[in-house]
Amino acid sequence: MSEDAPQPRRRREPLWLKLGAPLVIGVLALAAWEALIYFKEIPWYILPGPIKITETLIRDWHMLWPSLLATLRVTALALLVAVVGGFSLAVLFASARWIELSLFPYAVILQVTPIVAIAPLIIIYVDNLTIALLICAWIVAFFPILSNTTIGLNSADHNLLDLMRLYGAKRRQVLWFIRIPGALPFFLGGLRISGGLALIGAIVAEFVAGGAGAGSGLAFRILEASYRLEIPRMYAALFLISATGIVIFLAFTVLTNLLLGRWHESAIRREG
Amino acid sequence: MDPLVRLTGVAKRFPNGTLAVDRVELAIPAGSFVTLLGPSGCGKSTVLRMIAGLVEPTAGRIDWPGLPEAERLGGHPELGFVFQEPTLMPWASVADNIRLPLRVAGLSKAEAEPRIAEAIAMVGLEGFAHAFSRELSGGMKMRVSIARALVTRPKLLLMDEPFAALDEITRFKLNNDLLGLWRQLKWTVVFVTHSVFESVYLSNRILVMSARPGRIVDDLPIDAPYPRDDGFRVSDAYGDLCRVVSRSLHHAIAA
Ligand SMILES: Nc1ncnc2c1ncn2[C@@H]1O[C@H](COP(=O)(O)OP(=O)(O)OP(=O)(O)O)[C@@H](O)[C@H]1O
Ligand SMILES: [Mg+2]
Repeated sequence: MSEDAPQPRRRREPLWLKLGAPLVIGVLALAAWEALIYFKEIPWYILPGPIKITETLIRDWHMLWPSLLATLRVTALALLVAVVGGFSLAVLFASARWIELSLFPYAVILQVTPIVAIAPLIIIYVDNLTIALLICAWIVAFFPILSNTTIGLNSADHNLLDLMRLYGAKRRQVLWFIRIPGALPFFLGGLRISGGLALIGAIVAEFVAGGAGAGSGLAFRILEASYRLEIPRMYAALFLISATGIVIFLAFTVLTNLLLGRWHESAIRREG
Repeated sequence: MDPLVRLTGVAKRFPNGTLAVDRVELAIPAGSFVTLLGPSGCGKSTVLRMIAGLVEPTAGRIDWPGLPEAERLGGHPELGFVFQEPTLMPWASVADNIRLPLRVAGLSKAEAEPRIAEAIAMVGLEGFAHAFSRELSGGMKMRVSIARALVTRPKLLLMDEPFAALDEITRFKLNNDLLGLWRQLKWTVVFVTHSVFESVYLSNRILVMSARPGRIVDDLPIDAPYPRDDGFRVSDAYGDLCRVVSRSLHHAIAA
């Protein structure tokens, strides 16, 4: 029996290499950092070393942890609204071309306008700070989901669509049986980008709001610590933000592999 | 007896001005195995897609005298279509791919399951119901595609170069299996190919087409008896028929 022409595909490295190599680099970099501070005798209030930052993280945990939760809440809610909104809008776009033509440019405008420039206005006009932050994070996060899902819904196999016509399928059936499952890899790709963007949007909005002296997220902690020149705490908060971004990215990567593992090229493990 | 489907003066001009096919007269009797044979671009796919209702003819008409009135309404559940590519849903298992037309028709699970099992057995894919498209060879994918087309028990099976992308050994095997199914199920097949050998082996009638605009220029009966098997492939009768059809095709290309 014949085989399809082999697709060029990325080779899968063993897990220990994929995890181990970056880990070794990270440990070496941290050691170098610590050594630099030790031998150059740089005072911790100018440049704290990894050990000092870890100490600060533990010591200030009682204030950093609620801040982390506050930032996480805004990020998660914004992402949720972005997923529901972006996906629904994409389905709407796919069902009527004129809706896509009339609305898509505005989605682009929303996307290309830097969020730092709009955030102050949003924070002035929206009384509830959480909602204001949410709107900012949502604006940044929803576009990749919208545009990716729209592309996915529109890239259904034309022969499959013809087949559905032949069987007299209704629009709704075409959407559910063909378009949406086919759009899943595109949607998940958008989700991975949006997860990171929602966090960025939340942090940026907190910075803008933090200037007005309100808010309790991680960005606010960084601002607050900078006024007081508590540099180790700035590093500790920064570390938490990065870690959050990494966890979000990894979580969606795992989700993608779980959902697409058996069929999509991007997630398939190559045997032999 | 009324033919199953009749094309009268059918022509298709695409919006860009291409006259893809012109003045096609064609009557397909129920139970026949008709092959459209012609050079690339002569409009074979267009004719097939017009019969399927996927392309509207710009002139002429397509009637279904052989179908009861009730069956002509709404969709074409009485048609099966097999494309050149297997055209499977990569996210669905073999069984779920075959289930697609039944899902569209709104059959319950209890009604669908036995028919899916039957279709899988007919194309010889027992044991692969839960496999995914990427886990199958090219020939097996084509079998799934055929099973999906016949799970609705179509009266007319339209096949657009279904085996063109397969190696010869697989193609011969699928040719035999297709003939077996055709004889067993007594359906009507319209088959598109540009292989003289395949057309002679399979069909009881070959329509030779010429290009620009696509016309049917020859109508050749293939009288060799069925069942045909690998013995037929090496017989003198087969060779003679292939010569006749080849000559006709050359005329069509030269014209
Ligand atoms: N959607 C379309 N728009 C414009 N022209 C088309 C379209 N589809 C087909 N054609 C033209 O119609 C002619 C017949 O095309 P068709 O696909 O029916 O040929 P074919 O015999 O099936 O060829 P092949 O053997 O290569 O599949 C060609 O000249 C092609 O360029
Ligand atoms: Mg064709």
